[in-house]
Amino acid sequence: MDQLKEHIVRSFDRDLEGIQAQIMKMGGMVEDAIRDAAKSLETRDQELAQKVRQGDKTIDALEESLNEEAARVIALRAPTATDLRIVLSVMRMSANLERIGDLSKNMAKRTGVLVQMQPIGGTAASLRRMAREVELMLKDALDSYIQRDEALAIDVIQRDRDVDQMYNTLFREFLTFMLEDPRNITACMHLHFIAKNIERMGDHVTSIAEQVVFLTSGQKPGSVRIKNDKTSSDPSLSLNLDDDED
Amino acid sequence: MYDAPSSARDMTVNATKIAARNVQVYYGDNHAIKDVDVDIEDKTVTAFIGPSGCGKSTFLRCINRMNDTIDVARVEGKIELDGEDIYDKRVDPVQLRAKVGMVFQKPNPFPKSIYDNVAYGPKIHGMAKNKAELDEIVEKALRRGAIWDEVKDRLHAPGTGLSGGQQQRLCIARAVATEPEVLLMDEPCSALDPIATSQVEELIDELRTNYSVVIVTHSMQQAARVSQKTAFFHLGNLVEFGETGKIFTNPDDPRTESYITGRIG
Repeated sequence: MDQLKEHIVRSFDRDLEGIQAQIMKMGGMVEDAIRDAAKSLETRDQELAQKVRQGDKTIDALEESLNEEAARVIALRAPTATDLRIVLSVMRMSANLERIGDLSKNMAKRTGVLVQMQPIGGTAASLRRMAREVELMLKDALDSYIQRDEALAIDVIQRDRDVDQMYNTLFREFLTFMLEDPRNITACMHLHFIAKNIERMGDHVTSIAEQVVFLTSGQKPGSVRIKNDKTSSDPSLSLNLDDDED
Repeated sequence: MYDAPSSARDMTVNATKIAARNVQVYYGDNHAIKDVDVDIEDKTVTAFIGPSGCGKSTFLRCINRMNDTIDVARVEGKIELDGEDIYDKRVDPVQLRAKVGMVFQKPNPFPKSIYDNVAYGPKIHGMAKNKAELDEIVEKALRRGAIWDEVKDRLHAPGTGLSGGQQQRLCIARAVATEPEVLLMDEPCSALDPIATSQVEELIDELRTNYSVVIVTHSMQQAARVSQKTAFFHLGNLVEFGETGKIFTNPDDPRTESYITGRIG
């Protein structure tokens, strides 16, 4: 907001600041959800996992109220140019954040099942590192939004491929464990879904960073996401064949 | 056709109807229009927006030489209508204004009957050979002005007895009666209620199939609703000219951005 002057009608500024403050609050809660879900998995803390599942309701409610607020601003203020892009980006970001919240909740749910089983090597710690990476990406994406920092947003978009690589590595690890002992299969399947969830979170964070580029430049980001992961070009090595969400 | 995105629907490029080059306007010592270059397309609604005193009405009035009537006003540069210089000595301003019609901010019907208001232009330009032809022209113009159904039973009642919105549509009917090629509108809805405004806006959209329409408006939302091209004027300069959707979502110039988003610019 700093590079633009204030509106002549100051209540318009207050409305826009209001929805942006809400999206930041939502972002903070989602960061916590990722961190707590990953921590509960590694420390086998069922109580913390339960807390994550409960917290998702608040995130969903925030998304609801944000969308209502945004619709109100559109109806009452008829925003244009940057103002319009603020409202549009907030609406899209809230949808992404809500999905990340759901994925964290799903992680917590699986943690509830996994604590009943034998831990599988050091995979829980690896998953926590992967989640930590996504959490940092989200933090930077939200910072880039507040500071209208396009370069930081592009950096976040590019970091998503590290997360994809971590997923591929973990996937192979789970395969090895499953081949070693079929009794590991149930736990490994749950862990694999968790890894997949975190990888999806990375995609949603990327989409948030793309909104920052849209907000600052008015353009959709070009192909800033460089594909140089060899595993994704060789189908026999990679099982992550999902379409990228660009 | 309607499954095309609205941006694509409005993007069809038409031939240039009016080409202005290096246009300068002075009111005495006051340099009101500075070096304006613009190409206005045929069969397109072009909106001029900008703060009061930015020169948008002045420029509009150049297009049918209305500034000729102001002694201190001096116009330099070139304005071409279909490739012909309208400021050429051989051009008769009266003939030019038959081709380039104008509708003003306040409805200004003549103190005559509804019929005579519309028939006046075609009569002086000799467009009708007899009464029957004139009747036809009047009906056609009133229909195009979207007011025929409301006035067909009282064509000989005074035009000034109509409501404000009806008067404005009568003035539009009067302007289109001479079959102009360009229609200039200077704040045509500022004295109208929202219903009459919508009717005039719908009318503008229909007129676009036959004419090149240029509208000056203080209502940004009106410019956004009715026009395909928007020109933003500021302090006598044409700051930005482009596709309306682009101007209102992602303008190039920070002055345009400040103005359309309602910031102090």
